Amino acid sequence: MKKSNAYLRAGMVIAGALTLLIVLGFFWTPYDPTAFVGGKFQPPSLAHLMGTDKFGRDIFSRVLKGAGTTFTIALATVGIGAGCGTVVGALTGYFGGAVDEALMRLNDALTAFPSILLALVVISLVGPENKYNVVLALGLVFIPSYARITRTAFASAREANYVKNARLMGASTPRILAVHILPNTLPVLLPALTIGFNNAVLAEASMSYLGIGVTPPDASLGYMLSEAQSMFTLAPWYVLSTGLVMILLIFGVGLMGEGLQRAQRGVA
Amino acid sequence: MKYAAKRVAMLVLTMVIVSLLAFLAFDLISGNPAEIMLGTEATPEKVAALEHELGLDRPLAEQYLDWIAGFFTGDLGLSYSYKVPVWDLIAPKIAVTLCLSLLSFVLIVLVSIPLGLGSGGKAGGPLEGLGTVLDQLCMAVPAFFLGILLTWLFSTTLKWFVHGQFPGLGEDLWGSLRYLLFAAVAIAVPRIAMTVRMLRSTVLSEMNKDYVRTAISRGNDRGEVLRRHVLKNSLTPIVTFLGQTMAEIVAGSIVVEQVFAIPGLGRLLVSSISNRDHPVVQAIVVILAFWVVLSGTIADLINQGIDPRLRREAGR
Repeated sequence: MKKSNAYLRAGMVIAGALTLLIVLGFFWTPYDPTAFVGGKFQPPSLAHLMGTDKFGRDIFSRVLKGAGTTFTIALATVGIGAGCGTVVGALTGYFGGAVDEALMRLNDALTAFPSILLALVVISLVGPENKYNVVLALGLVFIPSYARITRTAFASAREANYVKNARLMGASTPRILAVHILPNTLPVLLPALTIGFNNAVLAEASMSYLGIGVTPPDASLGYMLSEAQSMFTLAPWYVLSTGLVMILLIFGVGLMGEGLQRAQRGVA
Repeated sequence: MKYAAKRVAMLVLTMVIVSLLAFLAFDLISGNPAEIMLGTEATPEKVAALEHELGLDRPLAEQYLDWIAGFFTGDLGLSYSYKVPVWDLIAPKIAVTLCLSLLSFVLIVLVSIPLGLGSGGKAGGPLEGLGTVLDQLCMAVPAFFLGILLTWLFSTTLKWFVHGQFPGLGEDLWGSLRYLLFAAVAIAVPRIAMTVRMLRSTVLSEMNKDYVRTAISRGNDRGEVLRRHVLKNSLTPIVTFLGQTMAEIVAGSIVVEQVFAIPGLGRLLVSSISNRDHPVVQAIVVILAFWVVLSGTIADLINQGIDPRLRREAGR
């Protein structure tokens, strides 16, 4: 039990520090991320923590803004996916029946496909040049996996004594679902949220690296990496700092998930 | 055998549904292809003429069957942006992506199985914690970021391959494979971390079972028990996981092909999405979906062969 908290704590420190920086970036960045503020290709210094790019833009400010975009999209994606998925999973798991059967078959088929492939299909249908479409596409793609997780939890709770008891006491079905069962699904739902968040960050970054979704003047970590790749030899700090921020974010949240999973299993 | 037939029938059924969805979705949303192809030159007469030429004035069901038949005859219509047959665009790229995927798969299997089994034998200890942290770190590295670093190291600095000059499988097979190898490493590393993690937890939970304790208490060698009993019993989840890995590699290759400028299906898919070249997108989606469904089917069939219990269940 002690060690599981070490993973959770370390993850929360890393992810928490980054989140603070990102939130700060919404209100204040050292320089205007799109303005040409310094010399070109300046290596990292006190004035420019991560150096400057070929236009003389401050990379630290750009990374803050870009991480903000990626972070927001990932949160929104997980929000849509987990929100809708939980509702679908709760209803089908609790009531069962033919709809449940059919939806689970569909879910099995959908979860076999890699999420980025599905997201690319959706985005090619709704149009590739819009960040809201990315959120929509990724959110939709994430619904089945959450529906599957919550369905299992709700289905096993259906005949549990505490649920029967609540039913006898005359609690309404929405109340049973939301107040009685939902909190009990948190041990499986929380690690799934951290994993989903990481997948969303990776998927968004991959798509914007491919030039789909977030486009200039908006910056996102993936788009910035594609930009940075072309100036690797002249400004290696651009690729490295952008990549490291992304890795740290995923690593931190991943450690949190690991800690949560271990706490749930009750092993060190 | 009966099971195999059933499983293949399911594969065909899934592909029919997937292709039908792909066909309908693009047909409903993408608008009139004739108008898109003509662009600003579209007049009602010209549109009608082109519609007739493309066969768009026929019933939907007929168009769908025709399109499906195209996957076998190689006639999948014209690309909007290149104005050449879709099949001619796709065909040479399938082999490239296939090579890249298989190369990554072999790498993943060769590296992760010894690593996973080696670390799965013992639980606890400081090494286990370090392994977990390393795992999480490798999983956190996006394949395309690793790809950028690898290009810089091996192309710009060491000059082991020239970025952007893929020799082509037909011209220079070994040169091409060497080029693909670097991309395969980028795809493989995060997946290796996941596979090792999965292997370790499977083997560990198997090691905790009574029969292992009995075998060891009767004086059998620990390593021998691991190899002869535990490995056999953890084989089915491993095969299933590797089937999923094959599917994930396809997704990885879409992005990594872009990093290494490899002319494969993924790269064509991305440019076709940006160009709204729907016939090409549609065809590639169905081909990639087939790959995903096929890997799942093969994994299931292998599991049937390994585990007699599954065979009996299927026979019932």
